[in-house]
Amino acid sequence: MSMDRRSFIKTNAVAAAAATAGVTIPGVAMAKDGMDKDNIRWDKAACRFCGTGCSVLVGTKEGRVVATQGDPDAPVNKGLNCIKGYFLSKIMYGKDRLTQPLLRKKNGKYDKEGEFTPVSWDEAFDTMAEKWKDALKKDPTHVGMFGSGQWTLWEGYASSKLMKAGFRSNNLDPNARHCMASAVGAFMRGFGIDEPMGCYDDLEHADVFVLWGANMAEMHPILWSRLTDTRLTKKDCEVHVLSTYEHRSFELADNGMVFEPQTDLAIANYIANYIIQNKAYNKEFVDAHCNFKKTPLDIGYGLRPEHPLEKAKTGKGGKLSGITFEEYAKSVEPYTLAHASKLSGVPKKKLERLAKVYADPSKKVSSYWTMGMNQHTRGVWMNGLVYNIHLLMGKISEPGNSPFSLTGQPSACGTAREVGTFAHRLPADLVVKKKPHRDFAEQVWKLPEGTIPAKPGYHAVKQNRMLKDGKLNAYWVMCNNNAQAAANFNEETYPGYRNPANFITVSDPYPTVSAMAADLILPTAMWIEKEGAYGNAERRTQFWRQQVQAPGESKSDMWQLMEFAKRFQIEEVWPAELLAKKPEYAGQSLYQVLYENGQVNAYPVEEVKDSEGNVYDNDESKHFGYYVQKGMFEEYRMFNSADNIIKKGHEMAPFQKYHEARGMRWPVIDGKETLWRFREGYDPHVKKGAGVQFYGKPDGKANIITAPYEPAAESPDKEFDMWLSTGRVLEHWHSGSMTRRVPELYKAVPDAVIYMHPKDAKKRKLRRGKFAKVISRRGEIMARVETKGRNKPPEGLIFVPWFDAGRLINKVTLDATDPLSKETDYKKCAVKVVKA
Amino acid sequence: MKKTMHAMVGVVLSFFVVGAVSAGDVASLRGASDLTTKAVKTKKAKLEKVSGGFERTWAEQPPMVPHEVDKYRISIKNNGCLKCHGAKTYEKEKSPKVGDSHFLTRDDKRLEKVSSRRWFCTQCHAPQMSLTPLVSNTFETVGRSK
Repeated sequence: MSMDRRSFIKTNAVAAAAATAGVTIPGVAMAKDGMDKDNIRWDKAACRFCGTGCSVLVGTKEGRVVATQGDPDAPVNKGLNCIKGYFLSKIMYGKDRLTQPLLRKKNGKYDKEGEFTPVSWDEAFDTMAEKWKDALKKDPTHVGMFGSGQWTLWEGYASSKLMKAGFRSNNLDPNARHCMASAVGAFMRGFGIDEPMGCYDDLEHADVFVLWGANMAEMHPILWSRLTDTRLTKKDCEVHVLSTYEHRSFELADNGMVFEPQTDLAIANYIANYIIQNKAYNKEFVDAHCNFKKTPLDIGYGLRPEHPLEKAKTGKGGKLSGITFEEYAKSVEPYTLAHASKLSGVPKKKLERLAKVYADPSKKVSSYWTMGMNQHTRGVWMNGLVYNIHLLMGKISEPGNSPFSLTGQPSACGTAREVGTFAHRLPADLVVKKKPHRDFAEQVWKLPEGTIPAKPGYHAVKQNRMLKDGKLNAYWVMCNNNAQAAANFNEETYPGYRNPANFITVSDPYPTVSAMAADLILPTAMWIEKEGAYGNAERRTQFWRQQVQAPGESKSDMWQLMEFAKRFQIEEVWPAELLAKKPEYAGQSLYQVLYENGQVNAYPVEEVKDSEGNVYDNDESKHFGYYVQKGMFEEYRMFNSADNIIKKGHEMAPFQKYHEARGMRWPVIDGKETLWRFREGYDPHVKKGAGVQFYGKPDGKANIITAPYEPAAESPDKEFDMWLSTGRVLEHWHSGSMTRRVPELYKAVPDAVIYMHPKDAKKRKLRRGKFAKVISRRGEIMARVETKGRNKPPEGLIFVPWFDAGRLINKVTLDATDPLSKETDYKKCAVKVVKA
Repeated sequence: MKKTMHAMVGVVLSFFVVGAVSAGDVASLRGASDLTTKAVKTKKAKLEKVSGGFERTWAEQPPMVPHEVDKYRISIKNNGCLKCHGAKTYEKEKSPKVGDSHFLTRDDKRLEKVSSRRWFCTQCHAPQMSLTPLVSNTFETVGRSK
């Protein structure tokens, strides 16, 4: 099939070139795996950017990437990439790649106020280890790590083990905390197991698409391409888009709705109320497969405890209690069409149209959401409210009927969620606070009982607060740029990083804002400079081989984690009574105990080859003397695929299978992937005759959890009179540390601008293209005003993207979080905009 | 380490610098601007117009757009880009035709018109501002046979 496609393109490319007026379109044959006639070696890799998980073909020659293109054989993207995916070829080649460790020094030795000075890896790690040992002497909670949904699976796994079992500190959190912790919270509360029940195939099966706070056109462009394809080719297909401002996804909207920030809570409850009032709900499904619950209210905003909003709260936490269907129905009754329309500002007709498609049993509805719903001080509630709608209708776990939480990062699912890099988690959905879970992890890892601490560690936002307060002193930031991401830079992040009591290490390929705020910068191998694996938003695990070598002395995160572990004797990190339970570990290094444990080092170095016999490097295996990635992955599989696992449903295939496939969606049972979970016929875990079984919960039932509208943490007032929403743009990935070093992407979108309504600009005497200041209670930035661009906010709201290191919008944003998920609300705070 | 920041265009406004630390010979994309200064002011750039279009930097790169695009809208029913680049119009408009790959469906079926999976041209093609990159990029392609 794909051969036809390739030969077609090959024969037509020359004709296309001839037909152009001055533009060169070379007649190059579509690549396939292996070596082509120009001696370019083509091999698959997962895209480095978003959670879609596209596959690309990477062309290398003489140790350099010379081309990349969409992978025609990948089910996710079928040969397509978005603009930044196409430019992956250039992300490793920014001229300012770091090639040596850089330590702040004065007069030849480390000094917090010194200048960055090139040092050897030995000096870097010696200095760092000394600081970590000092901090560990106070208490293991004084060390911490901020990791990443962009780590490979095994790097995340290795870090989880190093921090939680090695250093015995649960202060490990991924940047995915900022991105989908609310989604995780809702999955666990609603279904008892993480990650979406559906898959991307829903994009071809649905009749109606609803975007809830997701600008898919820019943030998940290839999924948008699939959605567009369905909308434009399927009869009666509809697209509904909900957002707090108009954006590119509205170009395809049949029903575009701009709502007042935070009122999505009211809109979702109105839809549930509509379904109940019209008796449209699927009674049979609800009776058989759902429980009704309520959650504590008025739970605060995740600010520091002394903040007035925290002192004023009357409720706490998320402990659920059972209610009846009637009580649930009554709880949503206040959300009438009139009430929801008044609160949200969305015309009644539009809201009713949306409610009707959900309530129509003949229409298959897929709902998609990302940061609009997750970065929300009621994010867990809001995720749940959309599940409520789908559950009431039974529109779930089957082709086209799919509530689908998209992720922002390439391995937010794989690495952050699945291998257990959250401060409260262990691999495969296990949690540190449950003794049987800790026991199981300790058994797999061959560690004495009591190694893993029971108390969850500091989450992302708390880590910065604890750095500032001097309670977290040795800190490692890896594979992310949190100084540009975390909210409230001026009051929390920067004072924390620069606190004289702290030693901050940042591992990155480039000198990022975080690197500049650090004390030690470690040059890092990126993406295809190492063998890797990512897990995307549809539960698809994808592998790639190392394609090229990293420049200079750069080393992968994996190498760094394992080498750093060599600098600690087990006696230095474990108390004597713990070591006494495993006396055979006495005198060993942390590296030996964790990684030379007969499991991680069980697989000898092998020649990594593709199906055509091309040979690939594997720098980590060469260095450590065993197949590191395979050992890590196979040990990780003991958590999700062994006979004695605690939680079923995350099964994965053996290591080698993934090198041969374009990814597989877990659970993988008998070599077969699972497309729709919880439904008989699709998911082998569902008992015969059960039809639907939400097996993450002991009784097999999902929770419908009622939650009301509650206001945002900070709303516009007389002085700070506008809402600020932040986010990404299509051309740049996250903080722009890779994409702004690609000339074409930089020149497409050079700087962040202030998107605002022309009337708001006029009122403030601001002109399009001129500089203005965005000021909040916490800080200010300066950027140009844009009143005609791709984002069209309503009056009273501005949108400023965060990719631009030159204008750090996180100096302005508020570090309020969902108290349940601890995820920051980057979409709502109050600002004023004035002439610069 | 060799300082590799190229032209950090524009003026860096100097504000108060509290707790600023010296960086030595390494710089972020803020250039010489310390993390605690308020913002980097950049030069206003114009759109780069190139007659005959931009050269691709490797064969499979989607071409960049060498002209203004603000007036061309794409909606459910209309595609302003295809008014010049479409199969039926490109000759008359003396414009490059959209790539032949664009006529294939997800399942490799060939269509007469551009596949709706490629409907939103801006997902891959963007105009360029006339600016010097913040840092240069050392990517190089190699010669390819036709």
